[in-house]
Amino acid sequence: MRPVRLSRVFTVAAALAAAAPLAAEEYRVGILLPFSGVYAGLGNHIENGFNLGLDHFAGTLGPDRIVTFKADTEANPATGLAKAKKMVLQDRADLLVGVVSSAVLGALRDFVHQSRTPLVVANAGNDDATGQNCSPSIVRVSFSNSQINRPMGAWMGRQGIKKVFLIAPDYAAGHQMMEAFRSGFIANGGEIVGEAYPPLEGTSDYGPFLAAAKSARPDAVYAFFAGAAAIAFVKQYHDFGVDREIPLHGAGFLTSAAYVQVQGEAAHGITASLHYFPDLDTPENKAFQAAYQAKYDGAVASEFAVQGYDAARLVIEAIRAAAGDKEKVKSELAKVRFTGPRGPLKIDPATHNIVQNIYVFRNEFKDGKIVQHILETIADVQDPPNGCVM
Amino acid sequence: MPSDSAFWVVQILNSMQLAMLLFLLSVGLTVIFGLMNFVNLAHGSLYALGALSSYSIAKALGGMWPAYVLAPLIVTAVGAVLYLTIIDRLRAAGPMKQVLASFGLIFVLIDAQRYIWGTDQLGVSHAPFAGSVMVLGEPYPAYRLFIIAVGAVVFALLYVLLERTRLGAEVRASVDDAETASCVGVNVERTFFVVFLIGCALAGLAGAVALPAFSAEAGMGVAILVPTLAVVIVGGLGSLTGAFLGSILIATTLTFGQVLFPRFASILMYALLVVVLLARPSGLLPARSA
Repeated sequence: MRPVRLSRVFTVAAALAAAAPLAAEEYRVGILLPFSGVYAGLGNHIENGFNLGLDHFAGTLGPDRIVTFKADTEANPATGLAKAKKMVLQDRADLLVGVVSSAVLGALRDFVHQSRTPLVVANAGNDDATGQNCSPSIVRVSFSNSQINRPMGAWMGRQGIKKVFLIAPDYAAGHQMMEAFRSGFIANGGEIVGEAYPPLEGTSDYGPFLAAAKSARPDAVYAFFAGAAAIAFVKQYHDFGVDREIPLHGAGFLTSAAYVQVQGEAAHGITASLHYFPDLDTPENKAFQAAYQAKYDGAVASEFAVQGYDAARLVIEAIRAAAGDKEKVKSELAKVRFTGPRGPLKIDPATHNIVQNIYVFRNEFKDGKIVQHILETIADVQDPPNGCVM
Repeated sequence: MPSDSAFWVVQILNSMQLAMLLFLLSVGLTVIFGLMNFVNLAHGSLYALGALSSYSIAKALGGMWPAYVLAPLIVTAVGAVLYLTIIDRLRAAGPMKQVLASFGLIFVLIDAQRYIWGTDQLGVSHAPFAGSVMVLGEPYPAYRLFIIAVGAVVFALLYVLLERTRLGAEVRASVDDAETASCVGVNVERTFFVVFLIGCALAGLAGAVALPAFSAEAGMGVAILVPTLAVVIVGGLGSLTGAFLGSILIATTLTFGQVLFPRFASILMYALLVVVLLARPSGLLPARSA
């Protein structure tokens, strides 16, 4: 037998190697959410949405895989930072997803920026995170505080409402939301006739603040509360009969799908603005709600769940666009755009904040349940740079 | 600043409602403190358990009335288990160990409750006494008047129990001087146990009563623990009337503080605590003789 020429062996081997598929990449995603403490409910909603997103879209990655692991921030800045560092430095996370509390986001910002680890923010709404504290490594897929409230201020002004009384808890988010509302409202001919900021912790009795609102004689009250405070405030607004005289408006967290059925009849007639509500009538949302309820025992998907879902899709679409280049994923995150359950969604390259629709809707109590009807869609709400320099 | 009388009457009613909730919680705690020298920080978690079980009972049986009866029984049963396994053993240990153990119990109970009931806010939207009642021309929630009534009835029943029954006499004797009481033939151990169970039942009742007005979540016991402890300290250890008076004082401070100085409302409560401790270190109406 003739001896095989070595050069031919190498040629064939090289040809075979070139024809073999590229090695599948593994993308390690760290999920940083509060799974204990007051925000545990929100953390669970976001995680549920994220996992549903993986179910739906991870198949499009081809041979690449996403490996997720999670850590509990306890909504505590120091704990969140420690867990984030562990995820990046020890667990070799390629990107981080999550963060409910703006305080935790503030603690993570410098670490994420300096280590150039992409962080997809799935809740925390503090304006500064995509304003003066922005970073190329932070991409927000949830909302910003002013994005929810500024268009509502403009809308209420356009409806002919002249005088509004503001109520929000006394902390950064409460004040940011009211400031954003004020700028939109005054620019459309409105006047703020008074404001009250009950302490965030330990207030369960809003009676004195409701009385102050009544005596200012506004055309409407605009309020922001979330969680147990929202339940208590809305119930008391109704129990004290204020809703018979002064219609209540607010940032949509006031009547979030997470607890609006607990508020029940008390939420009837409240007009609110939010980036998502479950009764939104689009084919994408109907499919999303059906899938979520099938997977999670009939639980209605809240705005927090859809934030998690869209975060999963954002990460997957960025990985696909980067086509195997892990470094490129970071810049691709800010270029993703799609139409999801919320409607059209894209990331603003100047601030890395989400650009999305804001929906104004009204709560109606019918047949023992609250149903939310859309009044107006304010399309493509985008925050100004607010001091962001990328 | 509104000055009409209706506004002030409404705020007084609000203070009374908060006072009655605090009273239901603090009366159990104060007698346990005064009687057993035991610091039970997990009392707030029993309140949460009362509210959460009421939610489940109301959902299963379609209304709150069964819950007002059954939830205290459930909490009493859980309390009995805690007493027999943990609390009884720690009675001889010093306050540090008791604080540590009952503080740890708080977290165990919170996580157990989260495991059973989940992490979302739970509530009932159909409660008895829905709707409002006109008070001097201002609508006032009828349910809050119900809370005030419950508190007043419980106070009256406990007063009769304490002053006119044999058990009450044994409790008073044991609080006053446990050694002499047992010399005289009072079964102090059994008295402790019964008092502890009554305290648990009242915490459960407080949770059931609070549920329709607010909402329930496993961590709700922690927030109410501080005002409850303040009531116990201000009112005086071991004293029923002290708990009643202390509840009214603390609730009024908190409620009117929010009206007049919203930012300083909780500081006012601590200020009141400091003033009382400086002037009367044993509280306003302590049950123990000097």
